[in-house]
Amino acid sequence: MAVREFEVAKLTGEIKVPALQEGTMAGIKGFIANEKIQEALGYPGELVEDWHDKAISKMGELLGKYRSLQVFMDACVHCGACTDKCHYYLGTSDPKNMPVARQELMRQVYRRHFTFAGKYFPKLVGAKDLTKEILDDWYSYYYQCSECRRCSVYCPYGIDTAEITMAGREILDSVGMGQKYSNEILGKLQRIGNNLGLPGPAIINTLEGLEEDVLDDTGIPVKFPLDVKGAEVLLITPSADFFSEPHVESLIGYAKVFHAAGISWTMSSHAAEAGNFGLFIGSYENTRKAAMRIRDAALELGVKRIVVGECGHAWRVAYSFWNTMIGVGDGADDEFGKKLQDQLDHSYPQPAHICEVTHDLLTRGVIKVDKSKNDDRVITFHDSCNVSRASRMGDTPGGQFTIPREVIKMVANNYQEMAPGTTHEATFCCGGGGGLLTDDLMEVRVKGAQPRMEAYKEVVDNNKVNFLALICAICKAQFTKVLPYYGYDMSMVGGVHQLVSTAIELPGLGEGPAEAEAAGDE
Amino acid sequence: MSTLSIFYAVLFYVATLLLVVGLARKILQYMRSPAPLKIPTTPAPTTSTGVAYRMAREVVLFESLFKSSKWTWIFGWMFHFGMLLVLVRHLRYFVSDVPGWLLAIQPFGKYAAIMMVAGLGGLWARRFLVDRVRYISTPSDHLMLALLLGIGVSGAMMTFVSHTDIITLKIFVLGLLRLSPQPLPESLVLMAHLAMVATLMIIFPISKLLHAPGVFFSPTRNQADNPRERRHLADWAAKLEK
Repeated sequence: MAVREFEVAKLTGEIKVPALQEGTMAGIKGFIANEKIQEALGYPGELVEDWHDKAISKMGELLGKYRSLQVFMDACVHCGACTDKCHYYLGTSDPKNMPVARQELMRQVYRRHFTFAGKYFPKLVGAKDLTKEILDDWYSYYYQCSECRRCSVYCPYGIDTAEITMAGREILDSVGMGQKYSNEILGKLQRIGNNLGLPGPAIINTLEGLEEDVLDDTGIPVKFPLDVKGAEVLLITPSADFFSEPHVESLIGYAKVFHAAGISWTMSSHAAEAGNFGLFIGSYENTRKAAMRIRDAALELGVKRIVVGECGHAWRVAYSFWNTMIGVGDGADDEFGKKLQDQLDHSYPQPAHICEVTHDLLTRGVIKVDKSKNDDRVITFHDSCNVSRASRMGDTPGGQFTIPREVIKMVANNYQEMAPGTTHEATFCCGGGGGLLTDDLMEVRVKGAQPRMEAYKEVVDNNKVNFLALICAICKAQFTKVLPYYGYDMSMVGGVHQLVSTAIELPGLGEGPAEAEAAGDE
Repeated sequence: MSTLSIFYAVLFYVATLLLVVGLARKILQYMRSPAPLKIPTTPAPTTSTGVAYRMAREVVLFESLFKSSKWTWIFGWMFHFGMLLVLVRHLRYFVSDVPGWLLAIQPFGKYAAIMMVAGLGGLWARRFLVDRVRYISTPSDHLMLALLLGIGVSGAMMTFVSHTDIITLKIFVLGLLRLSPQPLPESLVLMAHLAMVATLMIIFPISKLLHAPGVFFSPTRNQADNPRERRHLADWAAKLEK
C-alpha cells in the first residue's frame, strides 16, 4: 500500500472554512492489522465471512450498552452547527470529514436496521443497508477522526462524534478490520506494559543514562527511581518520555520537581505507560485490561499517590475512567474499589496531573525557580483536546486551562496566547491524536494540523513566539513531525515541564531535599 | 355528524396514542440504557445543581448552538420560542374557562406565529444556501420543514386572514377531551392545519424530533464532572470485576 503524495497548504495566519470538495480523502486509510495483532486483543484475524450480520449485531449490542450512542443516533437534526468545526474538514475540504457526515456513515445503517422510518422509508430518511463499500468508508473516515470532541462543544444536543467513531472502530474490530497502528501498540501495552514494548532492563538502562546526563548538566544527583516499594508517589507517564525528543526533557523536569520538593517517587516497569489506546478503539474491556497494570503496580508498590505525566488522552483515561475501571480515585464503597482507595492518601486528588503537582509546589513556594533562564523563549500554549474537553485539573471547572498556563507563567517571563476560538474548549487538535499518529496517515495528520498551524503562524509572525508548549506525548510527536511541513523548525516544540526543568533551582548536595521536605509536609 | 368530523376525531385519538406511546417507549429506552463512563464535555459543572443549570441554558437559550453559528441560533431560537408561545396560546381551546394569564398572552401568541414562520424560513434557506448544510440535508429534512411551515402558515392564516369558527372548533376539541366527539367546523384551512398537526404528532417518535427528549439524556451534557470524587460504575461493567 503506497502512501500518496500530497500538497501542503500555504499558511495565511487565518482559519477559513473551505468550500466542500467531495472525495478528496476517499480511500485514504491506514494499514490493516494482521491476524496476530488482532487475535491478541480478542478480535478476528481477518474480515469474517458473515461481516454484515456480525456488524449489525455488534451495533445492536453497543446501542444497548452505551446511552451516548443510542441518543446520538436519534437526536441529530442535521442543523449543520458542527460542519465547520472539525480540523480534518477544515484541512481537507472532504465533506465526510464534517462531524455530522462522519456520524451519518453510521446513522444511515442504524436507521435501516433499527428504526421504523429507515426500515419502511429508507430513501426518505437517508437509510442504507450496510455494504462492503460503507464498511470501507467507515474504516477510512473513522480513522480520519482524532476523537478530539471539538464538535461536541458546538452541538446543541452535545452529540460527541468521538463516541460514534469509537463505536465504529469497535464494530470494525469485531468483524476483523482493525487498524495496525493502534491495535499493535495496545497489544504491546497489554503484553509488556508500555506502548514502545520496552522490557524492564531497557527502561533501567535509559533511566541510568538520564541520571548521568542530569548530573553532568547540573552537578546534582537527581534520581529516576524504578520499582521502589514504599515510595510515596507512583508516576505513570507515557513511555515516549523515556526515549523520544522532546518528551524526555519533560521527564527530566518531573524528576527535578520531585527531587527539589523532596517527594519520594517511583516509576513502574510493570506499568511503564500512561497512554491507553484502548480508548481510541472504543473498547471498554481492552482499555480496562491495559489500565489494570497500573492498579496492580500501585498495590504492589504500596504507593500513597498516583501522578500522571504529560499525555492528553492518558489524562482523560486517568481522570475520567480510572476510578470507574481500576478504582484509582475516591468514594468507592465496594470491595474492589476500597482495596486500593484505602491505601491512597486522599488529601491529594487521585490521580493527580503532574501540572497540578508542580502548580501546587510552586504556589506554596516549596520549589524555587529562576524565570530568567527561559528568557530566550517566547512561549505559547496549545491546549490538548482530551485535557481541555474530556477532563479537568484542580478544583474548579476550567482548571485544565488555568493550571498549565500558570505553571508556564511561574517559570517563564514571555507568554503569548493564540487567537480566541483556537484555545481552551475551542482548541484545535494537533491532528495526530486518537490513533492517527502513524506515517501511513501522514496526509491526514498534516492537513488536520492546518488550523492549529494557522493560529500558530499568527503568534509567530506578530508576537515572535518561538516555543510551542505542550502537555501531551502525541502532540509532541505530531508537531515535531508536522511543523517542518509548514516551514517551522521542530525544535520549537517542547513540554511544559521542559520549561520547568530549565528554570527550576535544585537544592545542592546535603541541603535542599530535607529542608524542602519539611516545607512540603503540612 | 359528518364522516369528516368522525375521521378527524379518530385521527386525533390515534395520533395522540402513537405520540404518547412512542415517546414513552423511547424515553424508557434512554433511561434504561447505561452510561458506563463519565463523558461530560468539559469544562462541566461539578454538581447536579450545576448540571441542571447547564441543561437549562442548553434548552432555553441553546447555548452550544449560540457558540456555534449565530444564524442557525437566531433562526432556531425564533422558531422554537415562537412555536412555544403559539402552543401555549392554543391551550385556550383545551380549557372551558380561559384563565387570565392565558388571555394576557393572547396577542403575543398571535404574533409569535410570524416569528415561528420566519425562523423556519431562515432554517430552510440555510439548507439551500450553505453548501455544507445542503450536503447533509435529506429529503426528510426538507419535508419536516415543509410540514412545520405548513402548520405555521395555515395557522397564521386563520389568525390574520380568514378566521375560522373558533367556537365550534373549541366544542370539537373539548368533545375530544371528554370522549364525546362533536362536529368540526367546515373550513379547508382548518382541516389542512389539523391534518398536518396530526401528521407531526405521528412522526414525532420515529423521527429526528427525538432531539427534544434526547437532549435531556445526552451524557455529554447531563453528567457532573466528578469522576475522581465518586466511583461511577454501570452494572455490565461491574460484572467485569467479579
